[in-house]
Amino acid sequence: MTQSFRDRIDLEMTVNGEEVELTVPAGRHLIDVLRLDLGLTGSHVGCEHGVCGACTLIVDGSAVRGCLTLAAQLQGCEVWTIEGLTEGGVIGDLQKAFVERNALQCGYCTPGMLASAKALIEADGVPSRETIREHMSGNYCRCTGYEAIVDAIETVARQRAGETEPQARSGATS
Amino acid sequence: MTIRFDDPNRPNSYIGRTVPRPNAGRLVAGRGRYVDDITLPRMVHVAFVRSPHAHARIGAIETGGAEALKGVLRVFTGRDLAEVCTPWEGKLLHLEGMKTPPQHPLALDRACWVGEPVVAVVGRTRADAEAGAALVEIDFGPLPAVTDIRTALDADTPVLHEALGDNLCFRKANEKGEVDRIFAEAHKVVEASFKTARHTGVTLEPRVILVDWNSGDGEMTAHVSNQAPHMLQVLLAGHLDIPESRVRVVCGDVGGSFGLKVHVYPDEVATAAIAKIMERPVKFTSDRMEAFISDIHARDHEATGRVALDETGKILGFDVDDWTGIGPYSIYPRTSAVEGLQVTNLIGGPYAFDHYRCRTSVVFQNKGICAQYRAVGHPVAVAITEGLVDKAAAEMGFDPIEIRRRNLVADDAYPLTTAAGLKLEGLSHHKSLDALVEAMDYAALRAEQKALREKGIHRGIGIASFIELTNPSPFMYGIGGARISAQDGCTVRMDPDGSVVALTGITEQGQGTEAIMAQIVAEAVGVSPQMVRIVTGDTRVTPFGGGTWASRGAGIGGEAALQAGRAVRGQALEVAASLLQAKAGDLDIRDGIIVDADTGEERLALSEVGRIVYFRGDTLPKGLPRELMQTRHFITSNYPYAFTNGVQASYVEVDTETGFVTLLKHWCVEDCGRIINPLLVDEQIRGGIVQGIGAALFEETCYDEEGQLLNGTMADYLVPMSGEMPDMIIRHVETPTEESELGAKGAGEAGTAGAPAAVMNAINDAIRPLGGAVTHMPFTPERILRALGTITD
Repeated sequence: MTQSFRDRIDLEMTVNGEEVELTVPAGRHLIDVLRLDLGLTGSHVGCEHGVCGACTLIVDGSAVRGCLTLAAQLQGCEVWTIEGLTEGGVIGDLQKAFVERNALQCGYCTPGMLASAKALIEADGVPSRETIREHMSGNYCRCTGYEAIVDAIETVARQRAGETEPQARSGATS
Repeated sequence: MTIRFDDPNRPNSYIGRTVPRPNAGRLVAGRGRYVDDITLPRMVHVAFVRSPHAHARIGAIETGGAEALKGVLRVFTGRDLAEVCTPWEGKLLHLEGMKTPPQHPLALDRACWVGEPVVAVVGRTRADAEAGAALVEIDFGPLPAVTDIRTALDADTPVLHEALGDNLCFRKANEKGEVDRIFAEAHKVVEASFKTARHTGVTLEPRVILVDWNSGDGEMTAHVSNQAPHMLQVLLAGHLDIPESRVRVVCGDVGGSFGLKVHVYPDEVATAAIAKIMERPVKFTSDRMEAFISDIHARDHEATGRVALDETGKILGFDVDDWTGIGPYSIYPRTSAVEGLQVTNLIGGPYAFDHYRCRTSVVFQNKGICAQYRAVGHPVAVAITEGLVDKAAAEMGFDPIEIRRRNLVADDAYPLTTAAGLKLEGLSHHKSLDALVEAMDYAALRAEQKALREKGIHRGIGIASFIELTNPSPFMYGIGGARISAQDGCTVRMDPDGSVVALTGITEQGQGTEAIMAQIVAEAVGVSPQMVRIVTGDTRVTPFGGGTWASRGAGIGGEAALQAGRAVRGQALEVAASLLQAKAGDLDIRDGIIVDADTGEERLALSEVGRIVYFRGDTLPKGLPRELMQTRHFITSNYPYAFTNGVQASYVEVDTETGFVTLLKHWCVEDCGRIINPLLVDEQIRGGIVQGIGAALFEETCYDEEGQLLNGTMADYLVPMSGEMPDMIIRHVETPTEESELGAKGAGEAGTAGAPAAVMNAINDAIRPLGGAVTHMPFTPERILRALGTITD
């Protein structure tokens, strides 16, 4: 048995709708596969121990931590990163609301925030502000103070539920 | 021609409006380009072996194991790098008596804190470099560690740097009036001790630098997550012996900074030195553990303070003794004395009184280096001041609003110089307090608090007034010999189609620099903000400037942009006047069209001016000035700093069973002068408030007595998350500075300056009837239960 056979794994998965085949070190995490092997740098590394949420991605429909997921777990999986979600237009309303409400400053947490927000709205329709705050508590943001992020998510949840006049506050100079 | 800021219907009225940030669309699409996203050909990675000891002599270093590992390319010790890089000392000449020893990129003989870099290992991949670092063996000889602040100067405490004689880095006393007599004779003297815990910035993007050395060009290029590219350019050039013009520092997208990324870090300089030696791109990406042990810390202050009042509740004077531990070295080049120095300036800042004494003692210890972090010194000074004022109010039977009304400097008393010696141009404490009382419906809130108290629910309201230092002049660093620029510049260039590129020395770390610069330049030239492209953070092209720190971007960089934009406008109008056979003074530029200033009649597209100047200059009169690219620099000169003011309020509920604090709501009224983009200012303040709340309730880098860091992960070091944070009401008063045409002061630090004190006062308002008080941050459930007497062991 050769060295390369022992410590590397072959992987087939779908990333952003494209089929991908690659061979990676067995200890490789999803976030490193994306950033280093596939050049998808939209997902960021913040703490590498699952606390900060910067690397949150969508795998088989669920929000997961890219830094806690081993590449070896991904055989046959469907992975969506911020790049694919953007191109597919599936979070265009969330992205627009984040920009309009200034729910990002440095932008480093934003791809992870958007993934978590997408999962929340799809699971919970129109969550309360408290529910949004609780759900988003796995995503650290040092810049915004969170209120604008909560506002943006609330706005989109209401819009998607067909509320023509969202009740979420505009935020500025409230 | 001056801009009529008071007329919202003036042409091109972009200053003062909420317009979207031009770079936000890229960031929400995951198309940011942070330094770790950059991969260069031939790039290698460096990892550092860091001291596991707080204080230890460095003996033999065995690198053979690392060098033998596949994927490891080179190993460097401190002596290797000392051959190509000179050491530095974080001193400022105007801080009299300041001491600090030379610091090298890698420790030479002694390691002085847990986390100090000692050996650098270069590998093909980051994993290779880290695996190699794990195989380096260093024979450390542990030495006694200095960790306690108050005993650092005691005779039986070991001296950390023998050559300095003692553990005192800097001491400064600021005194005016007759403090001893006033306190002896005062109707009322209130005293308390305060602690602000050592904590750190926790930028979501850790520090990262990628340096390339092109020996053919003799040029170094550093891509770095930093706030002050020109500062870094000058310092890397100096210490690595390269002409400044051949060091290019590029600060692209920066994932949070807050002052943490305005310093010179030994591991980053080491990376640059290694790139020069290896003649190839070298990347260093800090991991989270490294961030906790090697990023700057801040706020490690302990103080005793007292305030004297007369029988009417009028404050007569403050007397504060502040101590702070800054680690083993003063930070380069800003020094670690500035936080303590600011405390000596800012105590009592909002109030009118005559007698003042504040001393700070800045001591060395074997912990991480403390340095400038968002709102330098302000949270400490505001907590001491407002803690004492509230305690006095409670003991004398005054409502917290009433005692402030009696003591805040009158809004018509400016300009004035405070007892601490600060020159203040114009503040609005009373207007701001009135706006706060109205915004929070103070009387109703007090009634609610009282009603709930009868049901055993303990809520508290805390108020904190503050002043904030912004727009610093060279009095902050330049006069001390530091090569840190207080001026800033902007180049505005009109392209042939009438669109505009503006290059600014101010940098963007998420504040919205690109947005406000686009607004200012758009209004100055007379085009829409969408037609303005802003370039920041590249020393090869941007005018020499200071970068973004100390809330200087809008006030200093913004004024330079305004003047450069107006200069381009003037040139475009000169050309248009020649083409139209009109007087330039009779013309205006509105939304990219040259118009008749009086009637608004459209005369000529700006794109036509561009076409003529760039492609058919032969048709213009010889000698007609036509430079559609103009640079202006701005520096403040009337005041050393532009102070702003504000007041915050916090409404909390304390669970007296568990000691948990629930933040119910938070308010801030702030006066940052001319507001350029209301939404961005509000969100700066909200973000700053939450950072201050972190200091009040959660954040502390904990060391044991041997100087070991106990909480080096994000699972152990608590930061504010969305679940516990309150909604925040933000209001504004606008008192523009007359120092500039723009009139903008800074807004970046107000939230962080006042929030800890507001939360502290709110908690104490809640638990005071139960006989407790807390003044040592962070206010953990345990500390609150101890204050209540529930825990006594």
